[in-house]
Amino acid sequence: MAQSNHDFIERKVGWLIVFTLMTVSVGGLVEIVPLFYQKSTTTPVEGLKPYDPVRLVGRDIYIREGCYNCHSQMIRPFRAETERYGHYSVAGEYVYDHPFQWGSKRTGPDLHRVGGRYSDQWHRIHLINPRDVVPESNMPAFPWLDRPAKIDDIEAKMTALRKVGVPYSDEEIAGARKALEGKTELDTLVAYLQGLGTALQAGKQVAAAPAVAPAAASEKQ
Amino acid sequence: MADFVSGFWNAYVMVLVFLSIGFCVFVLVSNMTKRTSGPVGLHDHIWDETLQEYNNPLPRWWMYMFWITIVFAITYLAMYPGFGNNQGKLGWSAAGQWEAEQKAAAEKYGPIFAKYGAMDLNAVAADKEANAMGQRLFLTYCAQCHGADAKGAKGFPNLTDADWLYGGEPETIKTTVLGGRQGMMPPFGPALGAEGTKDVANFVRSLSGLAHDSLRAQRGKELFGQNCAACHGPEGKGMAAVGAPNLTDKTWLYGSSEATIIETVTNGRVNQMPAFKEFLGEDKVHLLAGYVLSLSKSSTPAEGKQ
Repeated sequence: MAQSNHDFIERKVGWLIVFTLMTVSVGGLVEIVPLFYQKSTTTPVEGLKPYDPVRLVGRDIYIREGCYNCHSQMIRPFRAETERYGHYSVAGEYVYDHPFQWGSKRTGPDLHRVGGRYSDQWHRIHLINPRDVVPESNMPAFPWLDRPAKIDDIEAKMTALRKVGVPYSDEEIAGARKALEGKTELDTLVAYLQGLGTALQAGKQVAAAPAVAPAAASEKQ
Repeated sequence: MADFVSGFWNAYVMVLVFLSIGFCVFVLVSNMTKRTSGPVGLHDHIWDETLQEYNNPLPRWWMYMFWITIVFAITYLAMYPGFGNNQGKLGWSAAGQWEAEQKAAAEKYGPIFAKYGAMDLNAVAADKEANAMGQRLFLTYCAQCHGADAKGAKGFPNLTDADWLYGGEPETIKTTVLGGRQGMMPPFGPALGAEGTKDVANFVRSLSGLAHDSLRAQRGKELFGQNCAACHGPEGKGMAAVGAPNLTDKTWLYGSSEATIIETVTNGRVNQMPAFKEFLGEDKVHLLAGYVLSLSKSSTPAEGKQ
């Protein structure tokens, strides 16, 4: 009898496919689908604004240059990480990220709270040639970034993002080209980096976390 | 843990989880075969004309592993969040775990920070252990700009000399780290013109005894008095209150070559030190300020970069 059960599945390829799909989809149905219906993952944190056109262009350069290959944007709630990078990331900070840049590997440091951590000037020097400010750095140089940013598709980009839920107004889209006038790729990328992770500090701190406790690490490293 | 927009999703997760576990149990039970003594039968599937398999039951230990996974799943869902909105018996959360870590660290390191926090900065600078802690903090948070050796780079001040843009008093150093600094030299290119800029640059070089064209310096002196003295002082000795550097010493933030000075005067300079109060907090900044103070104390005033 037991024999006939698996005989049935093994000999009917169509059913084998159906059962396999059913089995593997359970994980996704239970663990992924409900995330789209959770308040904490779909409501922006207080103070979070959609990327303005300059930052949006900078973000696309971040993706184009593959920064996510070495830099994550996801500070996990461990003390070792919050000591170094600042408050841990919360889901509501990524609501306007399509797609988010969590990354999966840290050859370089996490960048989720890099906004405001360095001066604009530092970023410029560092992007053009990281060794000029951090001699021991192994980050590649991006000397070609000091050129005019491509802006002729900005309206299309913003319209597309609006379709997936980023609340850009018509005026914002109409004014995008003007905001980008004369900007270099470097300008936009620095603007993007300087805005990273600043919403949480600017808005109210998440209730659970009154500014990272002052007492701190010295023993680590 | 979960904050679903409607109760449906809570039920949805619960039902699917329940069905999944139930289905595993069903598959296990329905496929159990009795272990019998004597010869076991054969599967009726024949491969390659004569090849057949015995229909042995699964080894017991193997079967038990399946049951263990089911028991584990149920225990896990009872203890930890996962079963719909159920919080789990342990009340565990990622944020809670982080807070516990923070609390444990505050208990362990809090007294150390408190001890140094109560000490005068000069005393902190003289304390070996405090400096060791300060150095580790410096390498984590400050070395990216000021360098691992704290000697700075072009546009990023050297902290090991005795020359200070905003003043080297212990409390001033601490204020700088806590609140950051916004350095701004306005561009003078349009006001001075190319020739005037060159004259001023030569005068500036003359202030610290560098090679210069004395005729140009002579002309530049007047222009300096009109345009630059407001911040850099009539003698070019700078003004710590606004972060205007002393131009008569051997320390140069951007460089002392004529070309660099012309660039600085023409386009101005914008420089920023970020504020660290919110990120690091008073206690760590206190140790950092002490460490930075100790660095400059161990150097002689004449030292400096060209």
